[in-house]
Amino acid sequence: MNFKLINSISVSLLVARWKQTLVAAIGVTFSITMFIALLSFMSGLNDMLDGLIVNRTPHIRLYNEIQASKNQPIDLSEEFKGHYNFIRSLKPKNERAQIHNFPAIMKALDNDDRVLGYAPKIVAQVFYNVGAIDLTGVINGVNVDEEARLFKFKDYVTAGNYIDLKNIPNSIILGKGAAEKMLANLGDVVQVTTSKGERMQLKVVGYFQSGIQEVDKVQSYASISTAQKLLGESNNYITDIQVKLKDITWAPKMAKEYGNLFDIEAVDIQTANSQFETGSSIRTLISYAVGITLLIVAGFGIYNILNMMIYEKMDSIAILKATGFSGNDVNRIFITIALSIGFFGGGMGLLLGFGLSNLIDNIPFNTASLPTIKTFPINYNPKFYLIGAVFSIVTTYLAGYFPSRKASKIDPVVIIRGK
Amino acid sequence: MDKIILQANNISKYFHDPSTIQVLKEITFFLNRGEFTSIIGKSGCGKSTLLYILSTMDTDYTGDLSIDGVSMRDKKEGELARVRNEKIGFVFQFHYLLNEFNVLRNVMLPGLKLGKYSEKEVEERAYQKLKILGIEKEALKIPNQLSGGQKQRVAIARAMVNDPLIIMGDEPTGNLDKKNTEIVFDIFKELSYSTLGYILFSTHN
Repeated sequence: MNFKLINSISVSLLVARWKQTLVAAIGVTFSITMFIALLSFMSGLNDMLDGLIVNRTPHIRLYNEIQASKNQPIDLSEEFKGHYNFIRSLKPKNERAQIHNFPAIMKALDNDDRVLGYAPKIVAQVFYNVGAIDLTGVINGVNVDEEARLFKFKDYVTAGNYIDLKNIPNSIILGKGAAEKMLANLGDVVQVTTSKGERMQLKVVGYFQSGIQEVDKVQSYASISTAQKLLGESNNYITDIQVKLKDITWAPKMAKEYGNLFDIEAVDIQTANSQFETGSSIRTLISYAVGITLLIVAGFGIYNILNMMIYEKMDSIAILKATGFSGNDVNRIFITIALSIGFFGGGMGLLLGFGLSNLIDNIPFNTASLPTIKTFPINYNPKFYLIGAVFSIVTTYLAGYFPSRKASKIDPVVIIRGK
Repeated sequence: MDKIILQANNISKYFHDPSTIQVLKEITFFLNRGEFTSIIGKSGCGKSTLLYILSTMDTDYTGDLSIDGVSMRDKKEGELARVRNEKIGFVFQFHYLLNEFNVLRNVMLPGLKLGKYSEKEVEERAYQKLKILGIEKEALKIPNQLSGGQKQRVAIARAMVNDPLIIMGDEPTGNLDKKNTEIVFDIFKELSYSTLGYILFSTHN
């Protein structure tokens, strides 16, 4: 009964001064809209920049480094145990870059819950033969399906169809720069020579554009079997295993673990791209700073508007109290008012924020480095909407609570006498 | 008939700003049920101040106040609000109606707050009070569409809606012209005679 009465009084107070109510609600709406749109946009841009690196880089790369052995014969000698041994002019042994026990490693990765997936790879040094000239290049033999699933291979193939690499034998997807140099069109056949002198003719089925020009001049892609054929190796020849984890932050720890477990070089993305790591964390810091600033500014805006609204209703408070409404009732009436403004204003803000994000999402934006991106990136993270919703309710609650608590505590006569 | 319903004991009140002045000096008196009492004095002598204390709207005083045999001294804010709601009707010098509500709703609000009757009954009672005061035709208007005298009558109806033990009026005719003053006073007199249990307080110079 009392609840109903308080609600009906609140509604009457809101409706009677609907212009003022509207202004207050618009204030909340505007703040929340800006918060949502800006944070979605910033975090979209952030994700895009992260994507430049993260899309095509494995979280952990397993490979065999050609390096001098860490254990030299002298270490085994009983006589010099406990001595410091200095050996000069060490040379690495003639060893193939192959990963020896890769079926066992794959099995272990299959059974690891933390691993999202992995893609084996062969790196082959080649020369592209263009008439009388040889251009140096690298052919990556990849598992097309896994490469597409884990490393967005498809997005970077700008011409041709990526799946042809798997379906057409002896096919190649050329780096855009290399293709331009070789004047190779789709469907043409190019000739490559391996570092060991073997020649092979490959059909061009697409162009690859990573966005880094120097890389695109050199790098091309073939299927694993084509690469094995090219190198004259058997079908258990793999030089790299690219692992993608469920959480990128696990990479450094797991790289160490795999390095020890498989007795292999394991490099995590954070070590391999420390400049990216720094850039990414600083960008995250910036977006947090902007987000918090927006919330604080919005919070004060909302607080001010509602505060003024309630101070304007001081007479009503005094009258209500004089006719027998308690401080508690007054408090509840104004909190109901504040919360309904927060609820509707905030709700509108979320909707408009979504609309504005959508608008930005449709503004054309072309960049050579990310061929798939055609418009400005937006991150529609529900987290932002949740924060916006909670924030609008909490600030309006506080904005209603403090002045109405103050008003509810003073004797009504203090307000009346002040007239 | 001779039941004491309001008892003031040594009530004193000080104002501290700009300097401490004692406005009310140990006021002691009592009122019986059904009495019509006036407080008369020069302007600035503390009539309104005393009324505000007696109506529990001002709690910053010394001394003791009992209404209907119960001391108001140590009551909490919420309990005082309840007393105001149930036992006291107050008519201000200025009408103090809420322009957000229509006349009928303004009169109904204290009744709805009391919660003794259903909304329908409260509406019926409010309508009756307006009828007694001869303004039932204005029931659905907004207060600022009424004349000063009509507003003051609405304020009286609002003070009466819970059938309080005491109706206090703080210069209820101060803002009115002679004709309206007479109307309001007639109403007050009529109430004090015809409606048992109403005590009427009115102050004027």
